[in-house]
Amino acid sequence: MATLEIRDLHVTVEADNATKEILKGVDLTVKQGETHAIMGPNGSGKSTLAYSLAGHPKYTITGGTVTLDGEDVLEMSVDERARAGLFLAMQYPVEVPGVSVSNFLRTSATAIRGEAPKLRTWVKEVKEAMERLNMDPSFAERNVNEGFSGGEKKRHEILQLELLKPKVAILDETDSGLDVDALRVVSEGVNRVRESGEVGTLLITHYTRILRYIKPDYVHVFSAGRIVESGGAELADKLENEGYEVYTKGGSVSGANSEEEVA
Amino acid sequence: MAEAQNSPTLNSVRAGGPPSVGSTTAGQIAVAAESTVATRMSAPPSFDVADFPVPHGREEEWRFTPLERLRGLHDGTAVATGDGLQVTVDAPEGVVVETVGRDDARLGKAGTPVDRVAAQAYSAFEKAGVVTVPKETVLTEPIRIAVHGEGGVAYGHQVIELGAFAEAVVVIDHTGDAVLAANVDYILGDGAKLTVVSVQDWDDKAVHVGQHNALIGRDATFKSFVVTFGGDLVRLHPRVAYAGTGAEAELFGLYFTDAGQHQEHRLLVDHNTPHCKSNVAYKGALQGDDAHAVWIGDVLIEAKAEGTDTYEMNRNLVLTDGARVDSVPNLEIETGEIVGAGHASATGRFDDEQLFYLMARGIPADEARRLVVRGFFAELVQQIGVDDIEERLLVKIDEELEASV
Repeated sequence: MATLEIRDLHVTVEADNATKEILKGVDLTVKQGETHAIMGPNGSGKSTLAYSLAGHPKYTITGGTVTLDGEDVLEMSVDERARAGLFLAMQYPVEVPGVSVSNFLRTSATAIRGEAPKLRTWVKEVKEAMERLNMDPSFAERNVNEGFSGGEKKRHEILQLELLKPKVAILDETDSGLDVDALRVVSEGVNRVRESGEVGTLLITHYTRILRYIKPDYVHVFSAGRIVESGGAELADKLENEGYEVYTKGGSVSGANSEEEVA
Repeated sequence: MAEAQNSPTLNSVRAGGPPSVGSTTAGQIAVAAESTVATRMSAPPSFDVADFPVPHGREEEWRFTPLERLRGLHDGTAVATGDGLQVTVDAPEGVVVETVGRDDARLGKAGTPVDRVAAQAYSAFEKAGVVTVPKETVLTEPIRIAVHGEGGVAYGHQVIELGAFAEAVVVIDHTGDAVLAANVDYILGDGAKLTVVSVQDWDDKAVHVGQHNALIGRDATFKSFVVTFGGDLVRLHPRVAYAGTGAEAELFGLYFTDAGQHQEHRLLVDHNTPHCKSNVAYKGALQGDDAHAVWIGDVLIEAKAEGTDTYEMNRNLVLTDGARVDSVPNLEIETGEIVGAGHASATGRFDDEQLFYLMARGIPADEARRLVVRGFFAELVQQIGVDDIEERLLVKIDEELEASV
């Protein structure tokens, strides 16, 4: 059973000619089949956690360990992490001019699976996955994320999640900027992948809204670069009613707003 | 020295031949607004190099070009070395291949030199090549012209003429090292179809400057691919004018500009005839310090050219820091009675965030780069229709990318 283990993770970022510690000792274990929601105010370091796990070069790991099934994730390059089974659905997916969605998906699937998918079954696989996400077939011929609306970008991320079948999926604010219909479609996509029981999901969100569609097994409150409280789904209800004030009082997140910008 | 070589015969060709592209435009535009296509040139078109002052670099048509790297092509100091260039023509049966003297009446019919180096080339070449595809001859194999330099200075002129309803594909392949100024004339008879692929695959030190003039007959189709990879400095000036209605020009270009290279493509489509079409699409990738690409896309729709349909586009993909692109589309319309006219220019970067995104989907860095660049060029490469050239371009693109890692 695939397990992602994060132990005492410390991460810094360079900003304004200064080194700033964003993550201050994160401990978390995500097992295959589990869904963990990470909730927290802006600037608490949620996105930094997501990008650090994926290996974004902007972030420097200064302490701690991350392993996937015992393998040292922090030693791996970005593409090695993806091939090892980590997937990051990004909050701001990047435009890649000149590369069609169809070419991108096939190249990615070839890299992840270790061999090129058979053309006939692959075309069918993509077509069906796109239909489930209410994506028009013409989407496949557009350039990756170029001119996509916010909702199209997120659907495209979830399309990749469904096709690449990772061991651990990190969804970084996939719900942000979505209207209710798009949120439902995207959530259904995530749930289809979860129902396979083969993926561990780390759902990073600012709002409780998405948790009405995707039921987490665990909820963690993130504040000032670490997990400050963990519980079951009921913790989300508490956050819904009481907000984050109880966790941010005392000024522990002061000045941390820069995190959202750099992520 | 080349400057005194303009013969009376050539002057008579100029006077008696069909109206040339440049002089027609100049005559009409001289009274028009200041920023027009023709008035941006510092001297009127001429076959005689003496009619052009030596450029100092601030002229509109020279301001992007590093004159000191022209190795004297622009100021008369580059003297032909005689053995500098080998030109080999491999043509299928039915094609007439000739080498002719300066007085041959077929030279210079498609257009007049518009700048000093083009005029220098015209004033200095000793022999010209003429390739003729007789009327109604339809070739199934390409004509291949190999131009190989061995380090000398050379001036040249090449004419490619298709008779009425002839069809041909011509590949002109430039390799080796040279300091070359050479013009090419394409003359298409009525209903002819010509596809030209000009590949500049020079060694790193080569300098190549040339004007390509196409004169397209009634209902004829001219399709051109200008592919520039090599050279220290390449500056090409593809120009199109129409000799009859219903003619169509497609001008495609690809360039891959590496560190230190200057690659400049300056196009003019002169819609001087009603009911003609043109479509221009040039794409370039750049990488490395002081890689410099220049694209000038001039389209002129003259008052008499009603029913014109034209579009021009330039796209650049900057792969690393330190590269520079100057892209200047310029559309000039003297009549409103047209089908369509448009232009677009965009320069984008392949940056660390794109690399991260692709790698986060399992794609290794070198493959990610290849994916982006191949994808960027693919739509143009696929239209060439000459298999070995398409394959070679893709290999070349990969080699360029590997060199960068």
